[in-house]
Amino acid sequence: MFDFVSFIPRAVVQSIPLLYGATGETLTEKSGNLNMGIPGIMYVGGICGVIGAFLYEQAAGESLNGFLAIAIPMLCCLLGSLLMGLLYCFLTVTLRANQNVTGLAMTTFGVGFGNFFGGSLIKLTDSEVPSIALSATSSYFSASLPFADRLGWFGEIFLSYGFLAYLAIVIALLTAYVIRHTRVGLHLRAVGENPATADAAGINIGRYKYMATCLGAMIAGLGGLYYVMDYACGVWSNDAFGDRGWLAIALVIFTGWRPNVGILASILFGGLYILYLFIPTGTNLSIKELYKMLPYLVTLVVLVLSSLRNKREKQPPQSLGLAYFREDR
Amino acid sequence: MDHRVAAVSLRNITKSFGTILANDKINLDIYRGEILALLGENGSGKTTLMNMLSGIYYPDEGEILIDGKSVVISSPKDAFAYGIGMIHQHFKLVDVLTAAENIVLGLKEPGRLNLSAVAEKIRQICRTYGFEIDPNQKVYDMSVSQKQTVEIVKVLYRGADILILDEPTAVLTPQETEKLFAVLRNMRRSGKAIVIITHKMHEVEALSDRVAVLNHGAYVGELATEKTNAQEMTNMMVGHQVSLNIERPEPVNPKPRIEVENLSVRSIDGILKLDGVSFTANSGEILGIAGISGSGQKELLEAIAGLQPVEKGSIRYIEDDGSAEELVGKDPLEIEAMGVSLAFVPEDRLGMGLVGDMDLTDNMMLRSFRSGSSIFTNRKEPQALAEQVVEQLEVNTPGLSTPVRRLSGGNVQKVLVGREIASAPKVLLTAYAVRGLDINSSYTIYRLINEQKKAGIAVLYVGEDLDVLLELCDRIVVLCAGRVSGILDGRTATKNQIGLLMTQTGGEDEHA
Repeated sequence: MFDFVSFIPRAVVQSIPLLYGATGETLTEKSGNLNMGIPGIMYVGGICGVIGAFLYEQAAGESLNGFLAIAIPMLCCLLGSLLMGLLYCFLTVTLRANQNVTGLAMTTFGVGFGNFFGGSLIKLTDSEVPSIALSATSSYFSASLPFADRLGWFGEIFLSYGFLAYLAIVIALLTAYVIRHTRVGLHLRAVGENPATADAAGINIGRYKYMATCLGAMIAGLGGLYYVMDYACGVWSNDAFGDRGWLAIALVIFTGWRPNVGILASILFGGLYILYLFIPTGTNLSIKELYKMLPYLVTLVVLVLSSLRNKREKQPPQSLGLAYFREDR
Repeated sequence: MDHRVAAVSLRNITKSFGTILANDKINLDIYRGEILALLGENGSGKTTLMNMLSGIYYPDEGEILIDGKSVVISSPKDAFAYGIGMIHQHFKLVDVLTAAENIVLGLKEPGRLNLSAVAEKIRQICRTYGFEIDPNQKVYDMSVSQKQTVEIVKVLYRGADILILDEPTAVLTPQETEKLFAVLRNMRRSGKAIVIITHKMHEVEALSDRVAVLNHGAYVGELATEKTNAQEMTNMMVGHQVSLNIERPEPVNPKPRIEVENLSVRSIDGILKLDGVSFTANSGEILGIAGISGSGQKELLEAIAGLQPVEKGSIRYIEDDGSAEELVGKDPLEIEAMGVSLAFVPEDRLGMGLVGDMDLTDNMMLRSFRSGSSIFTNRKEPQALAEQVVEQLEVNTPGLSTPVRRLSGGNVQKVLVGREIASAPKVLLTAYAVRGLDINSSYTIYRLINEQKKAGIAVLYVGEDLDVLLELCDRIVVLCAGRVSGILDGRTATKNQIGLLMTQTGGEDEHA
């Protein structure tokens, strides 16, 4: 019998970084900015959190304050990803650089940035293994409700996660609500669909693009933080985050630009990501490698299927990837 | 001449773009309870002037007075605040949003967004003036006239009492135009000030109280509509005497050239765009094609040019000696190689016909780059052709190396039509050849088309202005939702007849 009680929690913890990334990217894309820098931003968010936690652990020694142990890495993470978001906006909105090129360059930069500072920290600690462990900070991030253990399978499936996991779901629901039901969301959608129209209606295009993209970058950055501090138990090793950022971008298309759908979709992707661990393959390890392909295969299938859908609401924002210039005809 | 206080007064308004003077010291008064028609050729500065009222541009010099008080309008928001609303020629609507969402877009009403309250207010506006729209309908599901209604309701919702309409009837059927006029008259009665920009003289005469005329950025004068006529207005607008009659020479020796039989075309989405269309186009004759936009005109021309896959039916090209060749199933290049030259002026003049970022010479080369045997292209002939087109059609361009995108709409169209005609076709397909052109440029195009007709070419003319279709064409095919709803004689048909056929598929085919 397939072990759902241990499978689902593992799928969920896999899904949270994807959910953060997808929510951030959806918000960004709704403003018409196609931010391919999300994978890089998630790296930056992760390593900034690690740097903050590392410095605080060094300074405080044994006596960590719970609030500061959470607040400092979080602030560092948000600041790092905000700067990445600002850089992206400055290049694409203010200077009207090509969004794809800018985004890809930022991903390359973000991954390099993460590995550079990760490597430096590892050197500083004189560690035996090529990784750095911040288990003290991590224990605060991954703390679950104290009574969760006593509730059997229910506690296991629903209550066994750190607070960042719940925050991800709250942010996703909130983002979906704002986009669908508020004036700000209406204006944001108009900016992404048809900036000339929004402009004529008196909406400040630049401000909406900056706001959505920077907030989106910060949300995505939290995904990197969650990955290191909760999922990986505070262990940073270079390149460990892998390609989750790209999966997050694929999720945006999969969900039809709806963050609330993203919650379930990311759990589905998270489950596919680790399914290979739960399928018995005996001693033939090479088969496992094939199962690891699952999330990518599904991504491909999804991209093909989503290009067939012709309902207008599920299409990308119409001016996605295009710079807006008022005097352009 | 009168002592009313003008709702809007423009005093010595001047605006230039680079070295071009778009508006030169213009003085204009707009009164409440009156419809003012603003006339002028393309590029005479009508839209620029109105854009300064709606806050899109800011005047270099001059003063704007509203109800006698001097004001500064520096953004669309300021314009809303003074009750000025402009309905642009190109609709500013977001397709995936509903009518109600589009209408409240950008508004800062207090409280949370309550779309049902918005919808109620919209229905109330509709009742007051006699509009018909569903606030919850998505814009992409709407017809052009519905979209325009949304635009008008949008400005009314914002409390505008000074309305500016930029060529509102360019995309409407005669019946829709009548409806719009009725609504505008209602608004005039309720004391709103209305400015309408148009090229169509009969609309000016039917609707407006006063006419103001611009010519090359300068204010020429104004007339009371009752006391003038189309000829006088046109002369003022153009600056010299113009003949307003479109000539229609008798067809010379007409022989069947293109025979379309039972043609059906389905779009990629599986929608039947043409349904059993049959007609014959003769040489030396202009065959007009009328219909509400999107009734299959584009598909019909594209099918003949070999650009649309045909579901069933046949299109035969008949040579002078009577031998027929089937065009269906051939690709556009084959059709050209057979000695059948089809010249195509697409609906979206830049989209398919010209490359905006390439200059005039290169755009001429798009037709000729395959000729010649060396691997290098020949630039001399296209350049000579470009020079010839610029000279003959009076294209207003800084030079041959200017990207086409930078030319004004009318000039772009002249380049396109000039190139197509220069390829010496046997069959000339044109769609909306005068869309958005002013009266002078339009007449140049009609003259060119008539010259082709006299040279024995079969011309298919898809047009939207029924008056022109009736004056120019020998026979008129009316399309309605992909079917031929009638074929009329251009000499005897009436506008009403065509208008009715455009909206209903019923009736016997009246073969002329």
